Amino acid sequence: MTATSPGLDQAGPEQGWFARQHIGLHTALIVLMVIWAIPTFGLFVNSFRPATDAFGTGWWSALFPPYNFTFENYAHVLGQSNIGTNFLNSLFISIPATVIPIFVAAFAAYAFSWMEFPGRNILFVVVVGLLVVPLQATLIPVLSLFASWGIAGTFLAVWLAHTAYGLPFAIYLLRNFMGSLPREVFESAAIDGASSVTSFFRLALPMSVPAIAALAIFQFLFVWNDLLVALIYISIVNPDNLPLTVSIAGLVTSQGAGAEFLGAAAFISMALPLIVFFGLQRFFVRGIVGGSVKG
Amino acid sequence: MARRFRWFLPLVVIALVMAACGTSTPSGDAKTVTVIGTWTDAEQDAFLAMVKPWETDTGNTVKYQGTRSINDILAAGVPTGVLPDLAGLPGPGQMAEYADAGALQPLDDVLDVATYTDETSPALVNLGKVGDKTYGVFIKAALKGLIYYNTASHDYAASPPATWDDLISQGQANIGDAEALWCVGIESGDASGWPATDWIENILLRQSGPDVYNDWWAGKVKWTDPKIKAAFDLYKEVIDNSYGGGTNTVATKFELAGDPLFKSPPGCEFFEQANFMSGLGKFADLKAGTDFNAFPFPAINPDYAKAVEGAGDLFGMFHATDAAKSLMKYLVTAPAQDIWVKAGGALSANKNATSYPDDFSKNAGAAVANAEQFVFDASDLMPSAMNAAFWSHMVSLTSGSETVDEALKALQTVADDAYKPAA
Amino acid sequence: MTDKLITAAIVVVGVPGVLIGYIWATEQVLRILPERRRPDIRPWLWLAPALAFLALFLVYPMIGTILRSFQDNLGKTFVGLDNFFWFFGSADALSALKNNLLWLIFLTLFVVGFGLLVAVLVDKVKYESFAKSVIFVPLAISMVAAGVIWLYMYQYKPPGAVQTGTLNAAIGVAGLGPVPWLQVEDFSVNTFMLIIVMAWMWTGFAMVIISAALKGINPELMEAARMDGATEWQVFRGIVFPLLVPTLVVVSTTMIITALKAFDVVFTMTSGNLNTNVIANEMYAEMFKFGQYGRASAIAVVLLLAIIPIMFFNIGRFRAQEAVR
Repeated sequence: MTATSPGLDQAGPEQGWFARQHIGLHTALIVLMVIWAIPTFGLFVNSFRPATDAFGTGWWSALFPPYNFTFENYAHVLGQSNIGTNFLNSLFISIPATVIPIFVAAFAAYAFSWMEFPGRNILFVVVVGLLVVPLQATLIPVLSLFASWGIAGTFLAVWLAHTAYGLPFAIYLLRNFMGSLPREVFESAAIDGASSVTSFFRLALPMSVPAIAALAIFQFLFVWNDLLVALIYISIVNPDNLPLTVSIAGLVTSQGAGAEFLGAAAFISMALPLIVFFGLQRFFVRGIVGGSVKG
Repeated sequence: MARRFRWFLPLVVIALVMAACGTSTPSGDAKTVTVIGTWTDAEQDAFLAMVKPWETDTGNTVKYQGTRSINDILAAGVPTGVLPDLAGLPGPGQMAEYADAGALQPLDDVLDVATYTDETSPALVNLGKVGDKTYGVFIKAALKGLIYYNTASHDYAASPPATWDDLISQGQANIGDAEALWCVGIESGDASGWPATDWIENILLRQSGPDVYNDWWAGKVKWTDPKIKAAFDLYKEVIDNSYGGGTNTVATKFELAGDPLFKSPPGCEFFEQANFMSGLGKFADLKAGTDFNAFPFPAINPDYAKAVEGAGDLFGMFHATDAAKSLMKYLVTAPAQDIWVKAGGALSANKNATSYPDDFSKNAGAAVANAEQFVFDASDLMPSAMNAAFWSHMVSLTSGSETVDEALKALQTVADDAYKPAA
Repeated sequence: MTDKLITAAIVVVGVPGVLIGYIWATEQVLRILPERRRPDIRPWLWLAPALAFLALFLVYPMIGTILRSFQDNLGKTFVGLDNFFWFFGSADALSALKNNLLWLIFLTLFVVGFGLLVAVLVDKVKYESFAKSVIFVPLAISMVAAGVIWLYMYQYKPPGAVQTGTLNAAIGVAGLGPVPWLQVEDFSVNTFMLIIVMAWMWTGFAMVIISAALKGINPELMEAARMDGATEWQVFRGIVFPLLVPTLVVVSTTMIITALKAFDVVFTMTSGNLNTNVIANEMYAEMFKFGQYGRASAIAVVLLLAIIPIMFFNIGRFRAQEAVR
């Protein structure tokens, strides 16, 4: 029985009782999965249908003959003039806007969890309290700052803004995780003469990998799907730097035509975040914490 | 430990230098004009086609960004001074605000004023003014209050109803097995309710005339006034005779609301919308003038038979560079506007732009350009808090969650606050 | 093109380089100081980047907002508490506040409850990755797309017509409906319909965090309990749940704040009509549509005050965590 194979075979001695549990467990999970999947599946089916069908009949009727599927919606979305540039811009915006807050938050979370200084708890709560600051209330003052620094319209501006917006949650989550690591590990490292930098990179960071992976997913997603921040800080000065979300929002014209393209656009834009999620899934396994402690 | 990280130091320096230069904005080239507008997708293509000859002639370039969030961008841009050269403006109210803030530049020395005034409907010219200076031009227009019908049901083109009573009786005579007289849909995301405000405006205009109409949006006629109530009562009657009733009206996206005209059996006989409806929903796949057609909203009081309601997209200038001025001047001219209307879906405020792709748009364009009594969309002219409340209460009224009197009383409460002079 | 390559280089190498280089540089700086002074200075050097970001982009705007909340819409005249009186005296704002309370209670319960349930259940099956992905997908969907998705779910057609909305078609099979889901104001049904959309999106968020915490629990503890004959439920109650509590507090706090700031779903789907308004939507309208910065700021300040009790609760929790580790 190893901890890294959490299969059903872990069941204890009462096989009969557990067998029934298994059916209940699988049923419950599958019902939940179906409920969660249906809305998206409906959009997926409709994204392959002509507008009149998609708006005129339920998505399920497409699953019965006569079949009438089309790739036109996808072709239209991919045929937009700036879509390639905007996709690349989305990457240029999202990657640093994910990496920077994770590092900055990890430094701060490490200080909050394992260093002593006066006012630590109060300062920490103030930082977390900043979660409630409505993004809209910061747009005008921050745009003024960027304008006076001469960086409005650049990627740097959105990196900085997204970092700040993501920090309260990132610090909160990482401090909770790092703070729960066992004290002995850090104490014995200090006795061996490890500096704070060493402890951080060799112990705290590797042991927090599941939390960091979770954070990376969320931060990446929020930045990837952001429209407002990019519009305000970039669009006025340099529309060439705008992300994919702007292309997608532009599919519906000012008079309301084009709603049928949104489904196809959603799946195109979702692809990358989902790849990130699948890529990071392997960090959500048991044993990372234990393993690095022993090593 | 320290040695392990020493190699990062040069990287840090390089990265900082690159961050400083690499991502910095391309320096403000006087030959580039930045433009932000609400037109995207096909509309954006049409706009770019319109500026193309100007680019070729002058050697300048237009950097255009289309977005629906123009309101947010300008609300953030005006106080911070981060603004494009030219931009679409959300409405006359915001135009005045931006002009007072000193952000918008006057256009009197930019446009060929004599030609512009001559070619454009006086009502629209006046709406572009703050005080006696012109700050905005209508680069695109729309005609409100068209009544669409399926020609297969009956062709009203031969004798379009001249009065409301005539419309009702003709409609009922030809209704056949249609389920209801009207189709209405007022769902429109965060702007839900606007098609219902168009209904009220069109009714009020033909019941009580342009003077009452203009006093009403200016806050000089109370919402609880019997004339306003009469318009709301008639709207409520329309909803009672609509396909699926108020519930369906609120649940239906405006761009799909006319589709039941073409159902079998039809859901309704008539559908009121603006001229651009011909490019939306099922209308987009059908031929205007052949498969469907429309006649103008009839007079309710015969005195106001000539009244027409329209709307339009305002455009203003934030930076008076030579290139921006030259583009602004070009955009309102007939040759530019001709390219714009040729692409379809757009009407021009310029009466000399006539290259419409079909008779349907041509008639609509003529109705705007030659209207004897032209009024602008009232909800767009109200203070924005009033406008938002108008939309919202039209949704409540239509769904049946408020009565006419409740809605009007609530709207008057909002008006008492919204029309207060700015402190 | 070279611009893009330079940007790519900054993105991939420069940014992490700057960050790691910073921490390395702080240690070098500390070396100059006498040994006993270092522990006093070190935490502040580690916190400095975070505090700088927060101060510039969140605290500074918020101070401006607090000042504006006592001023008129043009920001010229001091008006005392007028904006707050307006807020608590306006029927619309109070109805929005009531809806936020529903959001706060039900969104949090739903997201944390289902997130925990899914995280615990998937831990025991072989198709864990797949199951998690299914629950996670909605979080990857942008709000615009989610609006379209739930339009197809909640769509209403008049009785007698063919229902095209998934929900109305489903209850139609049982001979019920159709129900105009987003118009039913009784018992705030329409607000609940919006909460469901948000909960559907955010359950994956709670699941991922709770699951990560679950993986951090020492499996030997659970194994030992099983050996002693504990049932799965007893293992969960006695060992797993208590160890998850700090994480559940983090997720709940985040969801409470998310509920207080709920905006996108309401803005996109109902625009706050028919008594579905929430205060963040009210704030947005006052600020960006109506130009009423004073009133908008007052709403932001109310939000800020609303979370103070939750923050005090969090201080207590962290003190407790530090006492036992």
